Amino acid sequence: MRRLLQHPSLAFGLGATLLFVIAGLASLVWTPYPIEQINVARRFLGPSPEHWLGTDNLGRDMLALVMSGTFTSFRIAALSVLIGAGIGVPLGLAAAVWGGAVEWVVLRLTDFMFAFPAVIVAILIATLLGPGDANAVIAIGIFNIPVFARVARGGAMSINTLDFVAAARLAGLGNAAIALRHLLPNITSLIIVQGTIQLSLGILAEAGLSYIGLGTQPPATSLGLMLRDAQGMFLVHPWLTIVPGLAIVFIVIALNLAGDGLRDALDPRLRQGTNDVLA
Amino acid sequence: MSLLEAQGLSVRFGTQEAVADVTFSVAPGERFGIIGESGSGKTMTALAVSGLLPEGAASEGSIRFDGQPLPANERAMARLRGKRIGMVFQEPMTALNPLMRIGAQIAEAMSINLPEGASADAVMALLDEVGLASLHAARFPHQLSGGQRQRVMIAMALASEPDLLIADEPTSALDLITQRRVLDLIAEICERRGMALLFISHDLRAVAALCSRVAVMHGGRMIESGETGAVFGAPRESYTRRLVAATRLQREADEPAIGTVLLAAEAVTRDYADRRWFRRGPALRAVDGVSLSARQGECLAIVGPSGCGKTTLARMLVGLDTATSGSFRFEGRSYRGADLPAELRRDLSLVFQDPFGSFDPRLTVAHSVGEPLRLEHGLDPATRRRRVEEALVDVGLDAAMLDRYPHEFSGGQRQRLAIARALVTRPKLVVLDEPVSALDVSVRGEVLALLARLRAEHGLTYVLISHDLDMVRTMADRVLVMEAGRIVEEGRPEDLFDTPRHRLTRELVAARLPDVG
Repeated sequence: MRRLLQHPSLAFGLGATLLFVIAGLASLVWTPYPIEQINVARRFLGPSPEHWLGTDNLGRDMLALVMSGTFTSFRIAALSVLIGAGIGVPLGLAAAVWGGAVEWVVLRLTDFMFAFPAVIVAILIATLLGPGDANAVIAIGIFNIPVFARVARGGAMSINTLDFVAAARLAGLGNAAIALRHLLPNITSLIIVQGTIQLSLGILAEAGLSYIGLGTQPPATSLGLMLRDAQGMFLVHPWLTIVPGLAIVFIVIALNLAGDGLRDALDPRLRQGTNDVLA
Repeated sequence: MSLLEAQGLSVRFGTQEAVADVTFSVAPGERFGIIGESGSGKTMTALAVSGLLPEGAASEGSIRFDGQPLPANERAMARLRGKRIGMVFQEPMTALNPLMRIGAQIAEAMSINLPEGASADAVMALLDEVGLASLHAARFPHQLSGGQRQRVMIAMALASEPDLLIADEPTSALDLITQRRVLDLIAEICERRGMALLFISHDLRAVAALCSRVAVMHGGRMIESGETGAVFGAPRESYTRRLVAATRLQREADEPAIGTVLLAAEAVTRDYADRRWFRRGPALRAVDGVSLSARQGECLAIVGPSGCGKTTLARMLVGLDTATSGSFRFEGRSYRGADLPAELRRDLSLVFQDPFGSFDPRLTVAHSVGEPLRLEHGLDPATRRRRVEEALVDVGLDAAMLDRYPHEFSGGQRQRLAIARALVTRPKLVVLDEPVSALDVSVRGEVLALLARLRAEHGLTYVLISHDLDMVRTMADRVLVMEAGRIVEEGRPEDLFDTPRHRLTRELVAARLPDVG
């Protein structure tokens, strides 16, 4: 843990991410004003002691909207990472241990999924189920599956050739047992790093989907939805666009810094003085 | 006056001292060797001399090259290295750029000193000097063997016509015959060019064969130095005496009685198909119609140069790979490799070569060593634990170490753990794949003595895969010599090594370095 905090970019990235997560979680129990409270008389206010980030075109408190929107964005991105890792990692591990036909099927499947942008999938699901949060989670989750499958397969293949895996085979372990007991624990750091990066991509994707109206629906809010609401007034009230836009930028930068830092801290090839399997 | 002079050299990583107060000098044209085991600080000494210490290392003391202190400026140091110091590293696989042709890489090394660029003739002359044909200049590193790559490294080191060649374990990744050729080549070039040599190795024989003066490093200190003959012939320090003694292996007295045939291979062949889209290329035949038999209690050795198929044969024997044709018989049951019957698996086991790669870093030793016990059904946790403890005590380790992780153990201890894992199911036959080649010289003897004792105690049958003839001579009852997938000679070790008949056996015997002391 001490080693993790020695990386300045990691400490900064994790710290900033944590701040946003706390702000988002806080919105569940408390926001400065309720987000559905419309007060047209107090619209388009600049930052002030009562409204730290001002109010929007309907007089809603911007800080409350950003807090709530951050939570929505993180929730959707995190769920889609869980879907991607939950399905992709087992697929990748299976491809690496069984090889042959299983590997071929997994690889072609991931190629197939890579070929569909998240937006197309989202439009498809929206047509079937109607737009909403769940729609965004599924669409981004599907988009994450091949990424995790590739990362898991690559990591597992480089470990699969090591002697301790051969020793496990000699001890009579089957492919599934080897994947669970020996490969998965040794690729966890790769998965965590990829998860952080996919989280930031997920937040961007969610913003994009909400912006085109396929994601979060009002009265709930997300950072992308705030952008969509503000775009018509950009020239008159640029502040309304800048606040959610900057929030997205800061979150994504923080997550990317954390991801890069984690990669440096967890990648045994960049670590000195320890004997790890990938060294 | 000496060419290289180190005075009170120390290298520190934080509070840890890797090299402590080392003083030595190398005269022009002299061949100086530094002996040491892993962690003795010998490589750090070489890196300090060449100004290539890794980040985080702090060095003290003075290093003078040709009377001048080493420049502190990195550019000036790089120029000095480029012009006057040549270096050869241990790993010839990673030291060459895989995307550049050999000739271009050598020309690049030469052009540092020749503003007008290197001529093709000069490159050819260098290739010729290191014993490579001119057609190798157009090849890429992956098209060369390990020994050829090491020759290319030497050619690149010679490109600037240096006064000093620093060679850090240049032959430890090579097989016996290649090792001898590369050592002879280095000696010959130093002789011809009057070049000084700083040779760093754990191999006493290689150093003795090459160097006129040696120093012994232990725990970061230079504990003894002097003329090669004097240091190895009459060592003053007890550590040096132990090292010298460890190069002479003793045959254990008591050996088990040899019984009936336990394992037999009948015309086993393994092809690696070169599979591309829908069509099959020519197959690579790794093992070619090998027949052999090992009797109960016997130690059967298979020797041969790297790439001769001995490891593939071992992997098929224990069921990690499957023969393309032919079959094995173990205790009367026939199998082809991976189809080894489940109830026979506990009777066959394997000790891997590399003690660092053969343990999962995320599992405790108890888990790793106890893993094969799943082959014995119906053991309760207490029994399992007891069996693992017994296996550990059997290999001379303390049962209290069971809950530690592999990185807390030294190489020798890990190999003992690997042996414990191989024996935990009480097998009848153990395949030993180069069991000591990755270990320090001083622990090799102990591990071999342990293997011999276990064989006598449990009546084990060993199949020993190795290219180390001395080890084979002390361990084996019968030796098979393998080349390009075939067995070319067979016999008792004394007969085979004293009167070799096949060309390869003669080459192997001739490549053996002379004893030290």
